[in-house]
Amino acid sequence: MSAVTLSGLSVTIDGHEILRPTDLTVESGEWVTVIGPNGAGKSTLLRAVGGLVRYAGAMTLFGRPAAGLKRRDRARLLATVPQTPAVPPGMAVLDYVLLGRTPYIPPLGRESPADLAAVEAVLARLDLAGFAGRRLESLSGGERQRVFLARALAQGATLLLLDEPTTALDIGHQQDVLELVDQLRRDRGLTVLSTMHDLSIAGEYADRMVLLAQGRVVATGPPRAVLTEALLGEHYRARVRVLDGAQGPLVVPIRPS
Amino acid sequence: MTATRPAGLRPRWLLAGVAAVLVAAFAGLAFGPVRLNPLAVGAQLFDLVPGVSVHSGLSEREAAIVTELRLPRVCLGLLVGAMLALAGGTYQGVFTNPLADPYLLGVAAGAGLGATVAFVLTHSFTATSAVPVAAFVGALGAVGLTYGLGGRYRTPATLVLAGVAVGSFLTAGQSFLQQRYVDTIREVYSWILGRLSTAGWHDVLLLLPYVVVAGTVIVAHGRALDVLSVGDEEARSLGAHPVRTRYLLIVAASLGTAAAVSVSGLIGFVGIIVPHTVRLLAGASYRVILPLSMLFGGAFLTLADLAGRTLLTPNEIPIGVVTAFFGAPFFILVLRTSRRLR
Repeated sequence: MSAVTLSGLSVTIDGHEILRPTDLTVESGEWVTVIGPNGAGKSTLLRAVGGLVRYAGAMTLFGRPAAGLKRRDRARLLATVPQTPAVPPGMAVLDYVLLGRTPYIPPLGRESPADLAAVEAVLARLDLAGFAGRRLESLSGGERQRVFLARALAQGATLLLLDEPTTALDIGHQQDVLELVDQLRRDRGLTVLSTMHDLSIAGEYADRMVLLAQGRVVATGPPRAVLTEALLGEHYRARVRVLDGAQGPLVVPIRPS
Repeated sequence: MTATRPAGLRPRWLLAGVAAVLVAAFAGLAFGPVRLNPLAVGAQLFDLVPGVSVHSGLSEREAAIVTELRLPRVCLGLLVGAMLALAGGTYQGVFTNPLADPYLLGVAAGAGLGATVAFVLTHSFTATSAVPVAAFVGALGAVGLTYGLGGRYRTPATLVLAGVAVGSFLTAGQSFLQQRYVDTIREVYSWILGRLSTAGWHDVLLLLPYVVVAGTVIVAHGRALDVLSVGDEEARSLGAHPVRTRYLLIVAASLGTAAAVSVSGLIGFVGIIVPHTVRLLAGASYRVILPLSMLFGGAFLTLADLAGRTLLTPNEIPIGVVTAFFGAPFFILVLRTSRRLR
């Protein structure tokens, strides 16, 4: 079954069509990464799928029309890690990850033992058990990124929307986080729809890539079909050399002479 | 290692809050310009319990001081302090802004204008029964205006800015009236500084339902406010309804605040200092901040009132002056020591 299907989905904000009518299908268990220059509409596409911005056109999530989904039901199907998640002052890691259980807790209710158990399992899986009592502000960038991911996993959703999950991280931590996402995807049958700026790393992990430029899809397919010197040169206006790597094409920027 | 239990109200903090209320209430009853034996006051209080008959040894006049003057005043202090501190904590949560206080959306300016209008129209310094009603209407009118102008579906920042505009406008109206009717300045000024001195059972009964309803609604939303602390967009992606929650809590907090200021005047600082002190000492979750703010806010205001009426006997220091004068240094102390603890 398809996790996401978009047909003719477009987003208009303040009279500007940020995303032109777009068709896209993400199969269950797939990792699809959206790339494109700044302002191409990558984050907007993710926010539309997440139900956070008004859109025109049709969308289904796991076969159900997205338009009829209640906010809580949507939150059980998909979890979002935004580009720069808020860090509430003074909040402990355990409490932060427990926020992920919100779609299961009645509006005026409190966490059940089942919610607590779910969160403890997620913390253990991400090697965060020792951090449960730490304040979120006191963690390093890499640790925080794992906590953000933990909250998303605690939602129990099978579709993860990751908006630039590695932006703030050094390359070692970038690899750690993406390896973790990939393992989780295999263990739990998750579907991942992400945006990324680092093209080589993006290509190494994605099953399929979508290149957006000026609000429309200009290329889609496996990384080798999308990460080409011609496409990147045209749409990023960048001079790059694309080398053949073991896990996928490696994109190297070349200074114009 | 820190205990890894979810945030929540720990029994020892609840106990501390209840103890603070009891101590403050007893102090407020036992001490005052008229010296009474605290033990006798305690006995007199037991005598009030239905089915219990204790002879306290107080004269009839002294007993009346305790039950007719001090008791309603203490009750009013507890209610007003609880409501202002709770509303402050609520506003800080819904606006995710530590500087928010219960007067953020124009409650104070509206109440001030309403009270001034009442003083001007009645022209009587004794028959001021119209003042609470006018202050209440003014306060709610101001918040309604702010909400209407700030827009229900816009950002919290729009709402705060609309509150600033409405507040300035209404304050200007109040100043204009005061200049035109100079003979009311003294009354208005004393009202603005806040007072519990005219407290009677009437005021207590007027305020009680508002505090009970607002308190119940708001405290029940502790977790919802914790969810709001990650911002509207993330809260929505977690399945929450931030706009609806914010609207409901603003209505509840504003109603309660309007009722409180209508009987007590504009007592400042309680709404800022109490929730922040609780946050620094007991935890950052609104499940902790909201109920404890009610308890410690009530205790704090009762003690402030006690200080206000005993320090310069037979004169009274306005309670708004006392809260800031003693509250500010205490708050700085908490701020500094808790930073050291981190």
